[in-house]
Amino acid sequence: MSTLAIDKAGPTRKVKYGSMSRDRTWAMRWSYFFLTLFAIFSLVPPIYMLITSLKGSAEISAATNPWWVFHPTLSNYVELLTSNQFLRFFWNSAMVSVIVVTITMLISVPAAFALSRMKFWGSATLATGVFLTYLIPDSLLFLPLFKMFAVFGDWTGIQLINRWYVLLFLYPTLTVPFCTWIMIGYFASIPKELDEAAIIDGASWFQTLTRIFIPVALPGLIAATIFAFTVSWAQFLYPLVFTTSTDQLVLPVGITTTLIKGDVFNWGQIMTGALLGAAPPLLIYAFLMDYYIAGLTAGATKG
Amino acid sequence: MAEVSLRKVVKRYDDVEAVRGIDLEIADHEFVVLVGPSGCGKSTTLRMIAGLEDITDGDITIGGDVVNDVPPKDRDIAMVFQNYALYPHMTVAENMSFGLRLKHYPKAEIKSRVTEAARMLDITDLIDRKPKQLSGGQRQRVAMGRAIVRNPKVFLFDEPLSNLDAKLRVQMRIEIKKVHQKVRTTTVYVTHDQVEAMTLADRVVVMNKGKIEQIGTPNDLYHNPATRFVAGFIGSPAMNFLPCRLEETGGNVNVRVSDRLAFPLPPARAARYQNVPRNEKLLLGIRPEHLTEANGHTAPGVENFETVLDVTEPMGMETLVYFTLEGTYVCGRVDPSAGARDGAPLRLAVDLNNMHLLNEGTGAVL
Amino acid sequence: MADVALQPTRVVASRSARRTSSLKSALQRKSTTAFLMTLPLILLIGIFVIYPAFYAIHLATLNKAMTKFVGFGNFQFLFKRETFWMVVEQSCLFAITAVIFKALIGFIVAHFAHNIPSKKQRKWRGMLLVPWVIPPAMSTLAWLWLFDPSYSAFNYTLSAFGIGPISWLGEVGWARFSVILVNVWYGAPFFMIMYLASLKSVPDQLYEAAAIDGANWWQRIWYVTLPMMRNIIAITTLFSLIVTFANFDITRILTAGGPLDHTHLFATWAFKIGIEGSDIPLGASVSLFMAPILAIAAVFILRDVSKRGNEA
Repeated sequence: MSTLAIDKAGPTRKVKYGSMSRDRTWAMRWSYFFLTLFAIFSLVPPIYMLITSLKGSAEISAATNPWWVFHPTLSNYVELLTSNQFLRFFWNSAMVSVIVVTITMLISVPAAFALSRMKFWGSATLATGVFLTYLIPDSLLFLPLFKMFAVFGDWTGIQLINRWYVLLFLYPTLTVPFCTWIMIGYFASIPKELDEAAIIDGASWFQTLTRIFIPVALPGLIAATIFAFTVSWAQFLYPLVFTTSTDQLVLPVGITTTLIKGDVFNWGQIMTGALLGAAPPLLIYAFLMDYYIAGLTAGATKG
Repeated sequence: MAEVSLRKVVKRYDDVEAVRGIDLEIADHEFVVLVGPSGCGKSTTLRMIAGLEDITDGDITIGGDVVNDVPPKDRDIAMVFQNYALYPHMTVAENMSFGLRLKHYPKAEIKSRVTEAARMLDITDLIDRKPKQLSGGQRQRVAMGRAIVRNPKVFLFDEPLSNLDAKLRVQMRIEIKKVHQKVRTTTVYVTHDQVEAMTLADRVVVMNKGKIEQIGTPNDLYHNPATRFVAGFIGSPAMNFLPCRLEETGGNVNVRVSDRLAFPLPPARAARYQNVPRNEKLLLGIRPEHLTEANGHTAPGVENFETVLDVTEPMGMETLVYFTLEGTYVCGRVDPSAGARDGAPLRLAVDLNNMHLLNEGTGAVL
Repeated sequence: MADVALQPTRVVASRSARRTSSLKSALQRKSTTAFLMTLPLILLIGIFVIYPAFYAIHLATLNKAMTKFVGFGNFQFLFKRETFWMVVEQSCLFAITAVIFKALIGFIVAHFAHNIPSKKQRKWRGMLLVPWVIPPAMSTLAWLWLFDPSYSAFNYTLSAFGIGPISWLGEVGWARFSVILVNVWYGAPFFMIMYLASLKSVPDQLYEAAAIDGANWWQRIWYVTLPMMRNIIAITTLFSLIVTFANFDITRILTAGGPLDHTHLFATWAFKIGIEGSDIPLGASVSLFMAPILAIAAVFILRDVSKRGNEA
């Protein structure tokens, strides 16, 4: 065939001479419209928390417009921030979270380094296996763990139930796997030539880790730290099960159990407590949002 | 009818003008190549024809209809991208038939078109493979197949061979030319490689900094460049530019290149440069292929001179020689048997019948 | 250089012998160091995850006082309880509905966020991720207050349109809706972020090629976007199914399983029985029912992860 004998008798499409730039502006308008809608949806609860926290109990029970503060007051904040009990909750949460973050990084980073760089027998299975631990949720483990700790307490006399330091053992099970996974991803993206250059320069494995890998993978470390902190701070089930006396409680449990006194819901204080409880993660998020998101999406992009 | 015409087309990004008013008429069945250095606006122009970029000002018509506001899917064009842009999750057959399937062409028709195009491009045994199983050259063929199958008004090629190795590039150039001979669709082809431009085009459009420098057939551009840019862009190795002056002494005009070197203006060029002011600083443009070894014969316009070579590059079928003249680095092409050696003197002949005189300031070829 | 050349072969021989033995011990050292570096991880998971998981199975076979072995007695008991089947139904309904909406909303919002210029995206991303940043226990309290039977801010607004007060947490249908709503509010941002990152990795040229091939906007999504995102969609959906299925916080705080046990999930019911009711074996049996679902999800995830590894 000298020319391609294609019969143009296929169904012809009705050509719409719309304006491309007009289409594009409309697409943008719709995008912003829906984004605003979703933003409102996302922000209503926290904003409502703020509004309520500024109301005295008189205004709340007067059932005036709930979306507006007529007589703003900081009395809730003052009461909570001067309450030893609340400060105790805050302190417990802070202690637990900071220590857990440290423990997590101390476990995750060397493990990630070993799994990504030092190929040893079983390293590949271990790397995927680590991730599978998330398939065993805390809501399955809390009962056997409760029994285990009770038994351990009986055997050794070391009290593990109703002690906040118990959480230091449990929280890492939730943070270490993902942090290890993040770090494996970051470490794996460091070119092998850097290792070899370091070896030639005379560095031991440990020195390679501390002087080369950690500085280069710093964004990953920050992301992992943020993740570990946020997860620890937000824990509810484990502390609910393992801590019961008010001086042992962390913030999420403390606020939900103690501020709700019987049937009288002191909502002004509850919302203030909730907002203060949400403050640390929100602040970290506000300042380090990019690291936060980078940690999350390490999976989507680095695989 | 599928002529393409661009009238006073402008593309502005914020305050940068990437395309600064170009006019171009492409006839039906013509193969036009837009060529130029990076940033000259050729890709932007192509994308405006495709509808992937908005046109800031001016008109583009395809087949007589103004398409400024028509979205790409309604312009009846096909495009071959530099990075192939094959759908990774579809087989070769599915990639090629995608456009037809969207328009609900009958299955039999799709099958026959795909088979025909695959045969033309010699990819019939690859028809069920996925892109990641193909080599670069094969992927490029599939991309071309995708374009052919739709039988559009215009083919658009955006530097399709830039990602291929040198040998493959030569092969694919021939394939593209063969396809055009068979299918005869109007084609607009963008490249930065002037060899591709010269070998493929019916007409070449040389662009620079958002404007068209010259439009012409490959031969036109080679023999009659209009500007210094075109003269230096077309042809490899590039044309030599030597500062010179025209001297007239008693009716004889000489081209003086240096204190020691002057050539008489050949009679073939005398008429052309009749009105060029004498004793003004000009540029002499002479292509390396017109600087060869002296071979003892004389011919009108061919002058011999002696020089000391700096560097030689033996290419096998010829040897490139480089020497310095009045501070300018000059390139010539001599026969390998001429005995050219680094640092050694050599007697060269310059064919001034193919000389060009340029005004350095305006860049115009006189 | 000259010094080395002066040394006879004697030194060279011993040096090479030293080299091979040091190489061997280096290899040994490498394996052991590597193992030691992963040991804390292995111990942590082994003691606090793997062991309790098996211990749970053992516990489920005991009687309430944990003195006798009763085999499948606990399970038989559960099968006869109506509440148990309600929990199964609610858990599945909750997990599947919530995940579908989270994925859908996440995908749609990611798409809109992808449409706007990159400079502005950061701001919007920031706002839209807030639900996921706030500890769920805190934000659920806010929802609890929003749904309050007497003071609900939603009811206040609805009454302005003449729509009667809704018993968000008191009526079975609404309670289930509310629990799903809060879970979707909390989880959709995660999907959005993951999908947005994935959207950015689809090369623009594919869309251009599709546009030239004649595809309109939804055809581009169907033929280009979705296939390219298949992997990330599968993985996020599966993980979310697991996490949602095992959810505790939201339901516990909003409804504590009510009204009349209609919103109980496996986790909250196990808590009620095991901790509040001090019947650990029975509670363990309840939470073990999550295991089959989780195992199936695990199989699918493993398949996808290895497939993705091969495709890259």
